[in-house]
Amino acid sequence: MKREPPQSIADYGPLFFPAGMLLLFFVVPFGTMIAVSFFQRQEGGFYTPAFVFSNYERFLSAFFGGVLGFSLMLAVTVAICCVVLALPFTYLLTKLTRRLQVFWLVALLSVLSLSEVIIGFAWSTLLSRTAGISNLLVRTGLLDQPVALFPSFGAVLTGMVYQALPYTILVLYPAIIRLDPTLMEAARTLGSSPIRAFFNVLVPALRNTIMATLIMVFIFALGSYLLPQILGRPQHWTLSVLITDQAIYQSNMPFAAAMAVFLVLVTLGLVALTLLVGRKGEKA
Amino acid sequence: MSGLVLNNVSKQFGTFTAVENVQLSVPHGTFVCMLGPSGCGKTTLLRMIAGLDDPTSGSILLDGQDITKVPTHKRNLGMVFQSLALFPHLTVGENIAYPLRIRGAAREDQKKRVDELLALIHLTGFGDRPVSKLSGGQRQRVAIARALALSPKLFLLDEPLSALDAKLREAMQVELRQLQQKLGITTIVVTHDQREAMTMADTVVVMNGGHIRQAASPIEIYRRPADTFVADFIGSTNLIETRANSSGVATVFGNPVPGFALPDGVQTATISVRPEDVHLTAPGNGAIDGTVTFVRDLGGTIETFVETGGKQIIAVSTPRERPDVVAGQAVGIVLSPEVCVVLKQ
Repeated sequence: MKREPPQSIADYGPLFFPAGMLLLFFVVPFGTMIAVSFFQRQEGGFYTPAFVFSNYERFLSAFFGGVLGFSLMLAVTVAICCVVLALPFTYLLTKLTRRLQVFWLVALLSVLSLSEVIIGFAWSTLLSRTAGISNLLVRTGLLDQPVALFPSFGAVLTGMVYQALPYTILVLYPAIIRLDPTLMEAARTLGSSPIRAFFNVLVPALRNTIMATLIMVFIFALGSYLLPQILGRPQHWTLSVLITDQAIYQSNMPFAAAMAVFLVLVTLGLVALTLLVGRKGEKA
Repeated sequence: MSGLVLNNVSKQFGTFTAVENVQLSVPHGTFVCMLGPSGCGKTTLLRMIAGLDDPTSGSILLDGQDITKVPTHKRNLGMVFQSLALFPHLTVGENIAYPLRIRGAAREDQKKRVDELLALIHLTGFGDRPVSKLSGGQRQRVAIARALALSPKLFLLDEPLSALDAKLREAMQVELRQLQQKLGITTIVVTHDQREAMTMADTVVVMNGGHIRQAASPIEIYRRPADTFVADFIGSTNLIETRANSSGVATVFGNPVPGFALPDGVQTATISVRPEDVHLTAPGNGAIDGTVTFVRDLGGTIETFVETGGKQIIAVSTPRERPDVVAGQAVGIVLSPEVCVVLKQ
């Protein structure tokens, strides 16, 4: 295989197609959105090209600030729950026989094929008072009478963790299976019980992977707008829900675009901050 | 008794028997090398001693105590893995301090012990370096220091030197042996390198097919191999079929070897004769006559290939006692009875 850097423009040839696609389907729409975010809205109709900051100004209110804060908090909680659940699960998964591992991975992939709508309605049934799991708890004597577990924050969180968990596991799996299994054995011969070894060898050794997974699930959860509406109350709605509302129902494209741009900037800022903190921790 | 005792230990993986009825006792303070080809069960045996695998049957005793069911982290042993298994997220010092930290040792005690161990492995001042910045030999030493941090009762090493280059490996063998003698710790090393085993061990345990074929001192293993496998595996040897003649003297290719008799009741046997014990002389003066087919002059030693009775016998000599033979020459082969070792069938 040639390892030398490309010499002529022709050497960059293979890049033209993906670069073009990226430009056409990512950079151009994103640019359009940034442009629209500065446009002037026509009341009750469309918008006209302009360069105004009013869309951003409107966003700087306690209400939208609260929604943004809630969205970020929800995404962070989902990310942490997913990693906390997926890490031990994936570790145990890698200890299974090859056949069982394949079975579990196929099962997880099939969860991924479910649409967000189906996940939302399935959970709303499961958490309902009439047909939900609280009826099972009544049967086993843990509850006196069935209760509705949704709409609530817990329901939103459950649905979103359910949706993101397969991604989390599939991202962690290759890193964990590549990890030298003798690391854990060494920890045991050095006097560490398997559970302690998990926390003071496996988790630190996978530090970077865990960081990357947290960021991935965080961003994934930030874009969720169906589950908060199906499983939550209005106070559990995320910024993505409001963006959808503004763009589709209120026909306020410039304001929706401004919120979307702001969300992207805040997200990028948080990711950069996380990476910076991670790098500092590594040096120390 | 103090030391390690393996009682009829067997291990099965599904239908495959990795280790079968192994009986072995290792007195306190001995250095044992388990030697055998890959897949002979030596690593499985070591892992059972460490508690990383459970024996299917049999028991393991350490200082008279049955530890068969004791989990690894309560066995008080130190182990060095083939991959070394140094924790990549910790520095050299933190790696060595890991077992102390787990036991909740005070910070200053940890530091003191780490400094002691770093001095022991000649890496004083390396404590704050990340393990990724060390050379192969240095990592090896750190793994050894970490395993010894708690002064364990048992020191286990699984192919510890296989990742090092030949020169460094030889040096580490000597170092490891000297370290073991200094600390007087019971040590078991798994290796497939017989030079390594001969250099370090008090007792060499030769394994094949899940069985112990012979357990004895290195020189005994070399001089008095128990069976064909051991004779062939350790060093190079001439395996020669012998037959007892009517007067009770053993014959090689029909020629009697004066003064050499097979044990009572044995008619045919395979004997092992080390190449350096085969002496060449003028034709007619030795037990057997043959023809030189090839001479490999390696400078330090000379290997002479002699064909006799359709078989090949190799004689090794030093340049000083060089028999001055060339290919095609007829020679006599001298076999003195004391160098002919009768092997078990």
